[in-house]
Amino acid sequence: MPGALEGKVAFVTGAARGQGRSHAIRLAQEGADIIAVDIAAQIDTVPYPMSTPEDLAETARQVEALDRRIFTRQADVRDRDALQAAFDAGVAEIGPVDIVLANAGIAPMSMHPDPREWQDVIDVNLTGVYNTVEVAKQSMIDRGQGGAIVLTSSTAGLTGIGGNTPGGLGYTAAKHGVVGLMRSYANYLAQYSIRVNTVHPTGVNTPMVVNDAMQEFIQADPAMGQAMANALPVPLVEPVDISNAILFLVSDAGRYVTGVTLPVDAGFVNKR
Amino acid sequence: MAGRVEGKVAFITGAARGQGRSHAVRLAQEGADIIAVDIAESLPGMDRYYHGATEEDLAETVRQVEALDRRIVASKADVRDFDELKAALDEGVAQLGHVDIVSANAGVFAFGDKTQDVSDEEWDLVNDINSKGVWHTAKAAIPHLIEQGTGGSIILTSSTAGLKGTPNVAAYTASKHAVVGIMRTLALELAPYSIRVNSVHPTGVATDMILNEATFRLFMPDREHPTQEEAAEVFATTNALPIPWVEPIDISNAVLFLASDESRYVTGLELKVDAGYTIK
Repeated sequence: MPGALEGKVAFVTGAARGQGRSHAIRLAQEGADIIAVDIAAQIDTVPYPMSTPEDLAETARQVEALDRRIFTRQADVRDRDALQAAFDAGVAEIGPVDIVLANAGIAPMSMHPDPREWQDVIDVNLTGVYNTVEVAKQSMIDRGQGGAIVLTSSTAGLTGIGGNTPGGLGYTAAKHGVVGLMRSYANYLAQYSIRVNTVHPTGVNTPMVVNDAMQEFIQADPAMGQAMANALPVPLVEPVDISNAILFLVSDAGRYVTGVTLPVDAGFVNKR
Repeated sequence: MAGRVEGKVAFITGAARGQGRSHAVRLAQEGADIIAVDIAESLPGMDRYYHGATEEDLAETVRQVEALDRRIVASKADVRDFDELKAALDEGVAQLGHVDIVSANAGVFAFGDKTQDVSDEEWDLVNDINSKGVWHTAKAAIPHLIEQGTGGSIILTSSTAGLKGTPNVAAYTASKHAVVGIMRTLALELAPYSIRVNSVHPTGVATDMILNEATFRLFMPDREHPTQEEAAEVFATTNALPIPWVEPIDISNAVLFLASDESRYVTGLELKVDAGYTIK
């Protein structure tokens, strides 16, 4: 049976590990080829170890093991020119893009707040998403074959759980901002049959969430710990659960789904 | 390759035709057995809008599911009559062994009058089927799901009219908003049992409920006999994507996602399949 995405090409940011790697693999399992970018480097205000070039190479290895093609490039979503260059090089090697996943994000929250957290998280989680769509959209429009874009927001894009640190407030503001971007892009790009949706994960079992700094941060604030409780009896969801939601949104099964905020949140938002 | 809902049993109301039949066939294609109910008769008060489903329609759903080598237990039942609905479900569970997926799909569409001009009879008819009927469907299924102890997925069919106001469609709009309230409440009540509850919100779907002259006239009040081609142009202006309406299969694919383990941690969601209608 052919995969749901046979012959398609997906551009994935933050693809070195975590959700991004999972998306690349899940889409490749369904037949897609991948253009993968990741900063694969540390940002000062982020209190957990970020991805490495070895992580990005591992994503490539896993996609190639599925007999799909992948182009990888280290690029920072904050740097429009570098991101455009990565995108263009990927298209030149793999082919024109049908699917865009703006997944790259950081969570600079810790017990030692730093004023710079605000700007860093806005730059990566909001401006980086904007840059990702901007570098891809014209080629999708020009090609005239429609397409699907999924922006990764968060339960923090739908609820006020930012706490009282520059990073937490910035994270929540950026993830809410992604919803506004999605709704505007969905309206503008509908005329080209390009669909745009957001996904809103609760805590996912990835290095961004499962690390000492984040666990200390969450547990220090009883209100935050309470707030993180899901309705379904699961503490965290797995990356593949987000990937499966994205697969639905970008495949023909979702051909008329656009402008949707899709929580994969074990009932977190509804419970609040 | 195993189907995406292999081994599961789905209870579907309004399964004689339209979206309900499409859900039954799509879930059966992915390995589910089906418990199908439909009133399968015309409703006094609805005939001025469009004709009701028939027993032949329900028999055709049975034929299409059986052609896929899946089992189906189909009965005539009215979602307004809890005892009748419960008996139909219980008989289906007795024959097929269990129920894992619930699609509360049965609904009617009445429209055209200003809110102050809607009759009590029409208000009650629409809300009894679209809202109370959805509650009855869940009420009949929940004891089975809890007793089985294996989780489950309940999918309630709402509408874009469950999220937005729609002028001259008060009873239907109220009934579809009520579905969201039922969904949100059940999602919380049933989460401890790992039973998920979500709603789907279609824009216009190409079924008998929408593709009829009375509905076309709602969008083109000046035309006595609007054609489907003329209606398509007007309908397309309501969606963001350049299409007049979606097909039943598009709703079925969303229902399949919500019914399958691919969405095992998705609950409390209003899933729009609306071509951008509600954000435009």
